[in-house]
Amino acid sequence: MSSTVQPRGTTKIALTAHSWLVYLFFFAPIFVLIVFSFSDDRNVGRWGGFTLEWYQDFVEHSQLQNAVWVSVRVALLSTVISVVLGTLAALALERFKFRGRKVFDALLYLPIIIPDVTMAVMMLLFFAEFFDILESVFGWDAQKGLGSITISHIAFNISFVSVVVRARLAGMSEVLEEAALDLYATRWKTFRYVTFPQIVPGVAGGALLALTLSLDDVVITQFAAGPGATTLPVFVFGLIRRGVTPLINATSVLMLTASVILVALSLAFQQFSGRGGRPSLRAARQAVSAPPTTNTQIKEGIYQ
Amino acid sequence: MSDRGDHQVSEQIAAVKLTAITKRFGSVVAVDNVDLEIADGEFFALLGPSGCGKTTTLRMVAGLEFPTEGSLKIFGDEAGTLPPNKRPVNTVFQDYALFPHMTVEANVAFGLKMQRVAKQEIAGRVQEAISLVRLEGLEQRRSQQLSGGQRQRVALARALVNRPKVLLLDEPLGALDLKLRQEMQGELKALQREVGITFVFVTHDQEEALTMADRIGVMNEGELLQVGTPAEIYEHPVNRFVANFIGQTNLLDASVVSNDTVCLANGVHIPGKSDLPVGTRVAVCLRPERAGMHPPEEVPPDQQSVVGRLESVTYLGNALVYTVVLDWARLEVRRENQPGGYRPHVGEEVAVSWTLDAISVVRA
Repeated sequence: MSSTVQPRGTTKIALTAHSWLVYLFFFAPIFVLIVFSFSDDRNVGRWGGFTLEWYQDFVEHSQLQNAVWVSVRVALLSTVISVVLGTLAALALERFKFRGRKVFDALLYLPIIIPDVTMAVMMLLFFAEFFDILESVFGWDAQKGLGSITISHIAFNISFVSVVVRARLAGMSEVLEEAALDLYATRWKTFRYVTFPQIVPGVAGGALLALTLSLDDVVITQFAAGPGATTLPVFVFGLIRRGVTPLINATSVLMLTASVILVALSLAFQQFSGRGGRPSLRAARQAVSAPPTTNTQIKEGIYQ
Repeated sequence: MSDRGDHQVSEQIAAVKLTAITKRFGSVVAVDNVDLEIADGEFFALLGPSGCGKTTTLRMVAGLEFPTEGSLKIFGDEAGTLPPNKRPVNTVFQDYALFPHMTVEANVAFGLKMQRVAKQEIAGRVQEAISLVRLEGLEQRRSQQLSGGQRQRVALARALVNRPKVLLLDEPLGALDLKLRQEMQGELKALQREVGITFVFVTHDQEEALTMADRIGVMNEGELLQVGTPAEIYEHPVNRFVANFIGQTNLLDASVVSNDTVCLANGVHIPGKSDLPVGTRVAVCLRPERAGMHPPEEVPPDQQSVVGRLESVTYLGNALVYTVVLDWARLEVRRENQPGGYRPHVGEEVAVSWTLDAISVVRA
């Protein structure tokens, strides 16, 4: 059945061609990247036959491997911390009324809105001042590195996590929490047994988003990183300046794969409950829309 | 002697006692200086239009809101600011608020689990509660897989399994369709008799309140206007609002002449008992089914009457509703649809009549 709203004739052909062009525009560079990561030629744009040499290089390149581990550690640590803080912020904003709530709400969105470079410069200044204070007060000569990168990633990840978790919380009725309190649960148990299971998809989605953002970030990390430690994207960025080899292609393909998997997982988690809920909702609606006719049927319906 | 005295005292302790309870939300007064005693074992209805403060009152008993002023006692113990998890009451929420990520069984077991009841005892009591509301076989279902009536039963079981001293129900039948609602009215009443605990329910449906409750408290704009049995409230409403809210009624403007006479707005004095001061503006409340109708010259001598023109007749099947227009009022008369009898035509002059015991005089 085609409705009159559906495009026909030349319009339909033009629209289809347009979407294919868009896809081509999106995916052709990725395709080229992937193909040339298997090319047996030092020159990044020339095909020299199939090889896995660059992937082997990636595994054996000690500095690259170092950067991978820094990336992974920063990502995991900043994700765990920002998920806890972001979820708490979401709960506070969605469930409690307090003074300065609106201001807090607006400020929380700031890291999402402000440009990366601005955030990066802010971080740079912050760490410079902060380390000065540390040195003059405690005599501790702190250096930028793993710690400063992690802190800067937490700073922007909190916002993303809290936005995702809040969306989930907003869809959850407060009455459930009241019911738990009414049924002798303490506030902690209410969170543990009712609120948290309800927002788990949002928390997991937020966590995967945070993980992705942390793994992919270049600009902010570059300003927060020090001689001691650098993340994979920043290291790759540095490599490019020294000349592009298919090693970078191979690294990029691996990073791309990791990101795609994380984003896909994040989306899947956020829709998780939607999918679980809908079919049964449909069943319930069907049960209601086919009302029993006789008295005995009604009784059977109720007592079943 | 002393034994008997103790017994009397314990009987006198109210299940719920509100004394001068006021609840304000900012500048809005949701509940205004309410005094109310609900006896142990009673099926009590709080009735009123939406926004009248009935739900806020219920939520204060549940502990989900704390009163701004006044005292709230549950079985003699001050409970005003106790959190909900420290009160011997449980609530059936308006849309049931079943935990969607849990099975029926887990929902029902939740309260006992939170109270750290032994596992074996939980299993037994959950089974008992589930069979009390006849949900056997559905233990492993989730709330999305249940019909509206079934969800309501789960909510009841989830509350009753804790053996609360008072069960609170917020519009318990509001989410059900008409047929199911009528069935459940009987069910709830039977259930209350079976478990023998105090039920307090909130409703905006006067018919529901009249059908189910032992006593009704009528609220409007935060005030508790009248508390009484369904018959008391229907037959002797205290004021115009209550008379209008409970069932259909005709209200004739009048003023008090003496303690057994009132003067209708057309200047005619008629018998009407009231203990209000002389001169008070009142309304004479005449229920449509209690009004009689006769040709103007054939009104029985023991009845009062007013004469008007028949404007319309509404056919209801089992009854007919006649609308009679006077130059100062409009009256509805309901007659059972029985063969024979007086059947005036639209446009005719008719007398609407009543005996003294058919009317009540209420504050305007």
